[in-house]
Amino acid sequence: MKAESNISKIDEIRKLFPILREKINGHKLIYFDNAATTQKPDMVIRVLDDYYRTYNSNIHRGIHYLAEKATAKFEETREATREFINAQETEQIIFTTGTTDSINLVASSWGRANLKQDDEVIISVMEHHSNIVPWQLICEEKGAKLQVIPVDEHGDLIIEAFEQLLSKKTKLVSIAHISNALGVINPVKEIIEKAHDVGAIVMLDGAQAAAHINIDVQNLDCDFYAFSGHKVYGPTGTGILYGKRDLLESMPPYRSGGEMISEVRLDKTTFNELPYKFEAGTPNIAGFIALKQALEFVDKIKSGELATKHEEMLLQYGTRALNKIPGLKIVGDSKNKIAVISFVIKGLHHYDLGLMLDTRGVALRTGHHCAQPLMKHFDIDGTTRASFAIYNTFEEIDYFVKQLSNLVNKWKK
Amino acid sequence: MEEIVSVNAKPIDVLQDEIIEEFSIFDGDRESTIFYIMELGQQLESLSDQYKTDEYIIKGCQSKVWLFSKMQNNRIFYMADSNTEITKGLISLLIRVLSGQKADDIIQTNLYFIEKIGMGQIIGAQRSNGLTAMIKQMKLYAMAFKSKIR
Repeated sequence: MKAESNISKIDEIRKLFPILREKINGHKLIYFDNAATTQKPDMVIRVLDDYYRTYNSNIHRGIHYLAEKATAKFEETREATREFINAQETEQIIFTTGTTDSINLVASSWGRANLKQDDEVIISVMEHHSNIVPWQLICEEKGAKLQVIPVDEHGDLIIEAFEQLLSKKTKLVSIAHISNALGVINPVKEIIEKAHDVGAIVMLDGAQAAAHINIDVQNLDCDFYAFSGHKVYGPTGTGILYGKRDLLESMPPYRSGGEMISEVRLDKTTFNELPYKFEAGTPNIAGFIALKQALEFVDKIKSGELATKHEEMLLQYGTRALNKIPGLKIVGDSKNKIAVISFVIKGLHHYDLGLMLDTRGVALRTGHHCAQPLMKHFDIDGTTRASFAIYNTFEEIDYFVKQLSNLVNKWKK
Repeated sequence: MEEIVSVNAKPIDVLQDEIIEEFSIFDGDRESTIFYIMELGQQLESLSDQYKTDEYIIKGCQSKVWLFSKMQNNRIFYMADSNTEITKGLISLLIRVLSGQKADDIIQTNLYFIEKIGMGQIIGAQRSNGLTAMIKQMKLYAMAFKSKIR
């Protein structure tokens, strides 16, 4: 099985990530917390450094050399992002601070302008809190109702239940492309079609998807798509919102200030064109410029399905190995998953386990993963989650499973 | 009402020094220390379910922590529980030092043993915040009992 993977290519990729050479508590770092944030390759780090060293400047209104250069580079990333998700036009790419910000933008701007009393918004029980709370707030404000799609015992959405929730009252469906807590890939194309049939629009939270599967917003026909730069090997504080043009055009500004205006008079302000009307204030310029390198990296690892195949093998390999540990139960064993394994161990709390593993250099996440309703559904207060990325290896999984087994045995003695 | 029998005669600082001595055998080895704290947690007598309610929960901890206290003969006694072993272990240390002491001693004490045994590095910043929240709550109870005495 290991032989099938492109080990030499993975080794080359690992060399691009300086942090992977770090020692943690005297052990080699095993980084399995990629669903929280991915590590950054050299070329991303270099661009951040280069920007601050050689052309740091505020963008868009300066006429000097540095401002011109920074602006051009910043806008190159917008075009690269358009290509990355196959959007129609560059102006449909709005830069935000992250997925959370993107969802808040839509909930506040679109929601405030369009939702009315008794309208309905549909989310699912597996959503990250950032795709729950913004909708709760706007629904409360507007007297709209929030409906929730349940999941089955594998962590898959129950599509029949979704169909029953859909009605003429449904105005928007906002769903994770991939669940952060379990890694389950949702049948979003089917969801979008069904929602469109009743005249509702669909927003996808792509935070967990962008680094792992191909995204084609035109093929999906989604109305909004959000993801974060830091989860695609890029800098923190860089977020993307894609929207269909007519929707974005019709939406009022979200935050106000500089950049987003066309003309300010003291009696009336007119707003700038897309995408700038949603981009008030100085953005994370260095971060967005470096994001281009990250997107190019992801494009490379997605080509020839290198990432998909390698990560799928890591998932199979890790699942099989973990299932051999007595008392361990994987939460969310859907057949449609990216390389995320969430599990519980009988008699050992995930917080304790996380700390024990940390002493041996294994970084993973413990807790409710900002998905408390989903944890409640499975009647647990949290899990330990190992989430893999392109640079993870079978040897790392071997080490992790060995340490885990060893710690569990040591504790149970 | 939970029956609390142990009366703590040793002064707080003597108990702190005992803990420092006890932990010194690990010589900074993080894993052994964590296992030991978890073992202490296992030995902690569990709190009956009637006190595991929102009324007794300590806010500011990632894990769930319930703290119950009462005063007998002008001394304050604590009982506590948590859903994780490490947290129970940390609580057991605090109880060992503070339970059975006088309100003024609890309020005024400086719990230097925590820093001395390097707890911050052992359990990390987030859990250290939880530990701080526990100590704060124990001192608040002591203040409340003190005001009752008056």
